[in-house]
Amino acid sequence: MSPTLNDYLILSAILFAIGTAGVFLRRNLITILLSIEIMLNAVNLSFVAFGRSFGTADGQIIVFFVMTVAAAEAAVGLAIVIGLFRHRESLNPDTFTSLKW
Amino acid sequence: MTFFYLFGAVAVIASLLVIAQRNPIYSVLLLIASFGALSGLYVLLDAPFVAVTQIIVYAGAIMVLFLFVVMLLNAPHEDTEHDERVHPLRRPGPMRFGAALAVALVVELLWALTRAGSAGGAFPEGAVISVRAIGKSLFTDYAFPFEVTSLLILVAMVGAVILAKREARQ
Repeated sequence: MSPTLNDYLILSAILFAIGTAGVFLRRNLITILLSIEIMLNAVNLSFVAFGRSFGTADGQIIVFFVMTVAAAEAAVGLAIVIGLFRHRESLNPDTFTSLKW
Repeated sequence: MTFFYLFGAVAVIASLLVIAQRNPIYSVLLLIASFGALSGLYVLLDAPFVAVTQIIVYAGAIMVLFLFVVMLLNAPHEDTEHDERVHPLRRPGPMRFGAALAVALVVELLWALTRAGSAGGAFPEGAVISVRAIGKSLFTDYAFPFEVTSLLILVAMVGAVILAKREARQ
């Protein structure tokens, strides 16, 4: 018995919830960015599973675009983290309560 | 089926450990393990191109960027108003609310998926495996999004340089 589309979607849902929990629970900017990567990967998995189910290449192409967006997001997000750390010597998001200082 | 459970278990356990670790370096390394397991799942889904890209781009490039920043900042511990010795996932207050929201999300998603019925059945024959088909579709049907992607990367690169640049007056 081979795994069905539902199995992959359930696995994707569990991974997405883990990423959401990380964003909610952790108080470290780098770990929050890592949790966002987990969520993006969960969505990638469901894209590939749907593409396999429909028999087209579209799912894999969308994953290609998602990876590009993830790379751009990681670059800009980490640059912002470096800038914030330089100002406040902290990675705790509760420290950054003002948009301008 | 065995490989699906193996890779799925590795991905879920590694992701759980990512958000349970106190030291961001361990989090990044565990996330690489999770990405490796997901790459195995892509192979099971007859998508070798995505599997290889996952390893090269995600585990190779993006995670190295994260690791580089973690080591550059050299701030391994979370500083909160809470006791440092208490594990981050066992602290009171908003943490409980966040955990409840995450559990609610997973229950909701699983409930929605169990109601799908026979729609999410077995995969049909004839997967698109060849990289040639993917590339052909990428450069014909998806040519415009592909070009926009290059613009996005350029903007992200310029933005990252400007944001991380040390200001001259300091």
